[in-house]
Amino acid sequence: MDIPFTTKARPDTGLYNAKLGIWLFLASEVMLFGAFFSAYILLRVGADPGTWAHGLMNVPIGTFNTFVLIASSVTVVMAWAALKSRNYSLYRNCMIITIMCALGFLVVKSFEYAEKFRHYEVWMKDGSRMTGHIDYDDGGVKKHAYFWSTKTLIKKKIESISFTSDDANQWAPGQYYPPMTKEQLEHVKKYADKGPQHHAVVTIKSADIQRLSAFVPAHSTFFAIYFTMTALHGVHVLGGAIVLSYFLFRGRKMWQTDPDRFINRIEVGGLFWHFVDLVWIFLFPIMYIL
Amino acid sequence: MQTAPHIDIQHGAHEQGHEDLGFWRTYIFSTDHKVIGIQYGVMALVFLFFGLMLMLAMRWQIAKPGEPIPFFGPTMAQIFGDVAAKGIMSPDLYNTFGAMHGTIMVFLAVVPLGFAAFGNYVVPLQIGAPDMAFPRVNMASFWAFFVGCVIMVASFFIPSGAAQFGWTSYSPGATTTPGDGQTYWLIGMIFLITSSLLGAVNFIVTIIQLRAPGMTWFRLPFFCWAQFVTAFLLLLAFPPLETAGVMQLMDKLLGTSFFLPTGLFVGGNPADISGGGSPLLWQHLFWFLGHPEVYVLILPAIGMVTEIIANSIRKPIWGYKSMVYALLVLGFLSFIVWAHHMYLTGMGTKISTFFQATTMIISIPSVILLTCLFISLWGGAMRFRTHTLFALAFLPMFGIGGLTGLPLGFNYSDILLHDSYYVIAHFHYVVAPGTIFGLFAGIYYWYPKMTGRKMNEALGRVHFWLSLVFMNLIFMPMFAQGMAGMSRRMSNGGASYASDDGVIGLTVEAIKSNTSISHAAFALALAQIPFIINFFWAMQKGEKVTSDNPWDSTTLEWQTPTPPPHGNFDKPIEIFRGPYEYSVPGHPVDFVPQNEPDKKN
Ligand code: HEM
Ligand SMILES: [Cu+2]
Repeated sequence: MDIPFTTKARPDTGLYNAKLGIWLFLASEVMLFGAFFSAYILLRVGADPGTWAHGLMNVPIGTFNTFVLIASSVTVVMAWAALKSRNYSLYRNCMIITIMCALGFLVVKSFEYAEKFRHYEVWMKDGSRMTGHIDYDDGGVKKHAYFWSTKTLIKKKIESISFTSDDANQWAPGQYYPPMTKEQLEHVKKYADKGPQHHAVVTIKSADIQRLSAFVPAHSTFFAIYFTMTALHGVHVLGGAIVLSYFLFRGRKMWQTDPDRFINRIEVGGLFWHFVDLVWIFLFPIMYIL
Repeated sequence: MQTAPHIDIQHGAHEQGHEDLGFWRTYIFSTDHKVIGIQYGVMALVFLFFGLMLMLAMRWQIAKPGEPIPFFGPTMAQIFGDVAAKGIMSPDLYNTFGAMHGTIMVFLAVVPLGFAAFGNYVVPLQIGAPDMAFPRVNMASFWAFFVGCVIMVASFFIPSGAAQFGWTSYSPGATTTPGDGQTYWLIGMIFLITSSLLGAVNFIVTIIQLRAPGMTWFRLPFFCWAQFVTAFLLLLAFPPLETAGVMQLMDKLLGTSFFLPTGLFVGGNPADISGGGSPLLWQHLFWFLGHPEVYVLILPAIGMVTEIIANSIRKPIWGYKSMVYALLVLGFLSFIVWAHHMYLTGMGTKISTFFQATTMIISIPSVILLTCLFISLWGGAMRFRTHTLFALAFLPMFGIGGLTGLPLGFNYSDILLHDSYYVIAHFHYVVAPGTIFGLFAGIYYWYPKMTGRKMNEALGRVHFWLSLVFMNLIFMPMFAQGMAGMSRRMSNGGASYASDDGVIGLTVEAIKSNTSISHAAFALALAQIPFIINFFWAMQKGEKVTSDNPWDSTTLEWQTPTPPPHGNFDKPIEIFRGPYEYSVPGHPVDFVPQNEPDKKN
């Protein structure tokens, strides 16, 4: 006996097996990400005043990526609709665009990650803080330091670092995130004697440093949840892209032998893709803007 | 007239062999739900035994703190090194065994046996389906489970030993304990969770989509209902634990502070972390799974017991529909009671009050289930077999477990009882003489379908009576110990808190019963020998069944050849009636199979 309803919908439920399966799977995914979002809320609400490291993300890049994903969500529906109207070449083009969007998203994201890994915050013993970059001398060549932490200073016996500080992210003792707005910055520059200097390179003695951390998960609970959630989302994007590529490159044969089943597959893959998109729509504001 | 569908037992296995898959794809990488069910069953029984052995070592240490373990001591010293030097169990090793006893029993033994093994084998048969909806996903689910098991077992053999921080793995302790045991535990759990998600999706789709024509929702055997609700619990409650597991893994490996508070000191030094995390967050995420998980442990057992009781009393289950509704309500409510495990965390009285209320409400559907089963017994024409005995004993044992849970659900009395041996006794009544008895009943009941032979009755009865007596001798005194103030997770059984007058500290009686409990625990282990002998002996020598339906049952799994071939049914199945039409007046035999058409039309 063959398993029924693999392609045709069961009359009383109106669903074929895989469609019900993907909805259930997505329900569990909602719980998975839901738990992360709840954790985000709990950590943020529970954070001591001024310790939630928001405002350090690059909003234009995030916005760009958001549109990339939304576009791919549209094209994946178009791919499915193209198959419905038996237009395989349109399907193929739409699928190619979808996958290109997915890869584009991941490439942008990985540049964003890399940028964070060499961006630092230093907590001084006097209570002030600032963010910026660390350059070091490697046999005459100037290099950006990646992944340094307080431990690196001790391990490599570094006595001082040359720190290129950011404009807007310098906080006096007791002050903390978010960065200054443009007006605040102008104001400070005009009236303060020792206001923030544009990309000032300062030399900081290791002995004055309370804590040093790149913008890596260990930096703060904000970056911890940012990296965990976006990496998990990235894995979903990658997984989706692999599955969709499989449909793209290996689909023709099934399209010719069993078109209904193939359309179902694209529909199921598309549902997953919309979900991945939807997760990002929530991630973007809570990580970049709020 | 009774129609005995198939008497020829041989015919199943060979006739359907349309294609010969070879050894590997038939028995190892099989996609057949019955083979997968048996694979799960074998693994689960092995781990049940393993969990029992860990428990025996712990019980030795509790009764005779600091004395070398007899027989196994030298071997343990060899395997575990310093923590078991001279065969004496150190507190660290006790912690490891305790954590792994809990983890193995829950995630590697009872759930795989009740939900995965019996669910896989029986559910598609009972709904008249040829297989699960996604056979290959089913296989993937088993192998993910297998990898998870391997990782859990492997963690015993790494230098730092397996996880030590209880099956609940509370942070910060679980994170800051040195060594990789916890890392293995977390990675193992991620595989186990993946496995159960794949399984849960498969079960739900199978039950919704693959019911044979005529198998309406209220003709569904109660076991399938129980599996259906259980699958939803797994589907929706497990992902938050996966979230928590990923976050704890980040804490462990990448130095984040999800669950580590600001100002944490480890070993007398300030920890080099950002801080800002929340230990309570772990507990919320853990118990969001943890509470539904106890229903995952118990519901399949209740389902089996219902089937077996209906079959043994030869009359319909009283209140089948109420039971189904109770089950659905219970499934829903089990998602909003989790924080009753956290009354003592200082989460606030308002929250405590909410969870106390929901906890009291959820006891109502549980009582409905039990009451329906008790009332069903009234006036039954009992047929006593070993599976009947286990199923009947399940009822009071689960009852004791449930009722002793009420004082734990009220936050005032829980302040006293929390984390004491009272809790150990309470939940073991639910899972050991409760669930485990249900599972034994299931094994004795479905064994003939799987093998074509019955297990021996005499050995079965010895197994039953001894198990019943010793289970109670183990867990009943623990209530008293707990009320006397004995804490759980103490490697010396509370000896360091002993006091002669019993005014401050533990009474002499409370400490003394450690010894009698441990004796009973060893006796319980010995009482499993008849079962083990029976299990293997019956495969070769057990009494052969003379029909496909040896217990004269109504449900569909007995209307297949024995054992069922690949694809299950050799003819199209249609269902005409409810699941428990026993002793229908005017019918020549006392049962009417679900697929027997009505005579009148
Ligand atoms: C059948 C006989 C069993 C006996 C005699 C037994 C005995 C014990 C003992 C002595 C402890 C440790 C108490 C402590 O130090 O705090 C324990 C803990 C535990 N047991 Fe069992 N057990 C049995 C079966 C089971 C079964 C079938 C399950 C689960 C389905 C189970 C689940 C647990 C759990 C979750 C813990 C808590 C572990 C922790 O503290 O993290 N046990 N059991
Ligand atoms: Cu609970």
